[in-house]
Amino acid sequence: MTEKYVLAIDQGTTSTRCIVFDRRGQLVSLAQQEHKQYFPRPGWVEHDAMEIWRNVERLAPRVLRRAGIGLDQLAALGIANQRETTVIWDRRTGVPVGRAIIWQDTRTDALVHSLAALSASSEISEISGLPLATYFSGPRLRWMLDHTPGLRARAERGEVLCGTMETWLIWNLTGRAQHVTDVTNASRTMLLDVRGLDWSPRALDFFGIPRAMLPTVRPSIGGFGTASEAFPGVRIGAALGDQQAALFGQTCFTPGEAKCTYGTGSFLLLNTGAELVHPGNGLLSTVAYQIAGAPAVYALEGSIAITGSLVQWFRDQLELISSAPEIETLARTVADNGGCYIVPAFSGLYAPYWRSEARGVIVGLTSYITKGHLARAVLEATAWQTREVVDAMNANSGLTLTTLKVDGGMTADNLLMQMIADVLDVPVVRPLAVETVSLGAAYAAGLAVGYWPDLDGLRRNWHIAGQWMPAMDPALRDGEYANWRRAVERTFDWIQPA
Amino acid sequence: MPGTVQAIERAAAILRTLAGGPGRLGLSEIARTLDLAKGTTHGILRTLQLVGFVEQDRVSGQYQLGGALLHLGTSFLDINELRSRSINWADPLAARSGQAVRIGTVLEGQVLVVHHVFRPDDTFQTLDVGALLPLHATALGKVLLAYRAGGPAADLETFTRRTLTDPRTLAVALDGVRESGWAFEVDEFLIGQAAVAAPIRGYGGLVVGAIGISGPVERLCDSHYRPLPRLVTYVRDAARAISRDLGATR
Repeated sequence: MTEKYVLAIDQGTTSTRCIVFDRRGQLVSLAQQEHKQYFPRPGWVEHDAMEIWRNVERLAPRVLRRAGIGLDQLAALGIANQRETTVIWDRRTGVPVGRAIIWQDTRTDALVHSLAALSASSEISEISGLPLATYFSGPRLRWMLDHTPGLRARAERGEVLCGTMETWLIWNLTGRAQHVTDVTNASRTMLLDVRGLDWSPRALDFFGIPRAMLPTVRPSIGGFGTASEAFPGVRIGAALGDQQAALFGQTCFTPGEAKCTYGTGSFLLLNTGAELVHPGNGLLSTVAYQIAGAPAVYALEGSIAITGSLVQWFRDQLELISSAPEIETLARTVADNGGCYIVPAFSGLYAPYWRSEARGVIVGLTSYITKGHLARAVLEATAWQTREVVDAMNANSGLTLTTLKVDGGMTADNLLMQMIADVLDVPVVRPLAVETVSLGAAYAAGLAVGYWPDLDGLRRNWHIAGQWMPAMDPALRDGEYANWRRAVERTFDWIQPA
Repeated sequence: MPGTVQAIERAAAILRTLAGGPGRLGLSEIARTLDLAKGTTHGILRTLQLVGFVEQDRVSGQYQLGGALLHLGTSFLDINELRSRSINWADPLAARSGQAVRIGTVLEGQVLVVHHVFRPDDTFQTLDVGALLPLHATALGKVLLAYRAGGPAADLETFTRRTLTDPRTLAVALDGVRESGWAFEVDEFLIGQAAVAAPIRGYGGLVVGAIGISGPVERLCDSHYRPLPRLVTYVRDAARAISRDLGATR
């Protein structure tokens, strides 16, 4: 009997990784390849989609060799991808029309402003569950159609195709046989009717996107065909946006379960079940996953722009530490923040405030304050920002978060994890799984082909690696939260209208 | 002068030059002062920079003494940095062995636990990062003692009947650790508990910490109270992987 495995392709912002997992959800082998970042103008960020596909082809034999297994030992493959990144390519030649425009790209700013002025924009937000913003793929597609001569006519004739990165990869993996997207990725375009789970004619009309260029929307977990390239003969069982994949990898299958991935920025997703929660307080409604033949499961998403990047700023711009983990060492030289608070509104505030004119502040400075207090304030900023998103989610969903599952690089910071448990007043749990994004894609793919029997089977693979229990005096917590909110108010209205 | 290493002499001269200088010095200045070729000087400076003895200003490109020189007697690697660099290897060790994982360094004659991964069975466990363990009675501690200059403390506390409290017996055990490259404990700190540990090495092979698993004797040992070879391999593989990431083989 030969042992079977599941492969995950994690197509991320800076690199593409292929990871083989075993039946217990343990990492067997990993191969990774970075791709070039193009910054042609301020605010513009692009990738070469062809380079990314070539990387997948190159990684395939490498990851199998490192695992010491053959293609026939892969039960399925699953894809997790950077979300909202958009590419258009020629249906006949397979060559991209220009570079892929990345989720961080803000070139659609003016377009989004002009679209927001239209009376139909609120209806589009209602249909898609998303506020009109440069972040999403729909405006990006419109921009490409507007700025590439002749492209709109070719799109209407069905000569060019578009998609997010999972669509591009599946099209190439299947030898150009499948032009499909999954519901989670589709739910980040502003073009999807987030309740009906298909392209909304009203939204397509609003953005001026020809239906002929769009992929078919499929459930995240089911069938996307069989690969004929890179991993020939392997079934493509699943595709998910990366944050949704992390939610799945953390086995947050029940309404009320939430995970937060702590990286440069942080993404908190809360499973809200079969009900689409009407978003508010700066949160987004998004599809968490859909298993073929079952209703979609929804999530509320709260994003925090600056978390790990505040530590990087502390290291690179202030040069008070030489490596990111040293922030904890420095913060532990003092017992508290000494009355000092840092609000990192470097480019405005996101959830739950959404104030673009706000700018960062350090308040409560006295001659008593040392760099240790500043380090503490840096970590506390991440904790309080998490609290604000969790409060907004609890208010919005009617669910009460009882445990926060965490992943990402910042979970190595024990002081920060304790702070988060303290300010949320719930246990913070780190699972025994380093790569939750990839693991989520693998779980979803394995589930699709029966490699794992059901969601309960996946849950049994989830183990606690570390847990932090809340231990803060409630009066102190309330006082500190009030101080934090007063500090946040100090950031408002800093940028004056010209 | 037979038996001296020229590169080390030159490195020492560079450090003295930087220490005696007015502040930061440029490459040409240092090379000129010591009458060395620029290429040679640059190579030595880069190595000194790698080990933290010299820092280069990002803007001017000039050199100064590094922070690591000030802390020569204390910690070589920041403990939070050690945790951050080890976390990706400690998790799979816990998953494979089915046991709790701890990483320790020396703090004032004891083992300081800097990282702890729960035994993956979802029973209630408490993080003991920050806890202190005895050096002579634990596998982690014996690894740390074995690769440390100077002997253990004079009075070795007794925890169980099996604790090694005779300095000579302990010295023999530490010889064994250096020979085999790993250490174990059975019933020596807590009755019924066994542990296996191996050294984590940094630049130049310096031991900066130890990683190990611990659990019930019957799960970790065979009927002769010897640790199962499979588990020893897992621990040593994890220790080597972390050491590699820390630049030990360079």
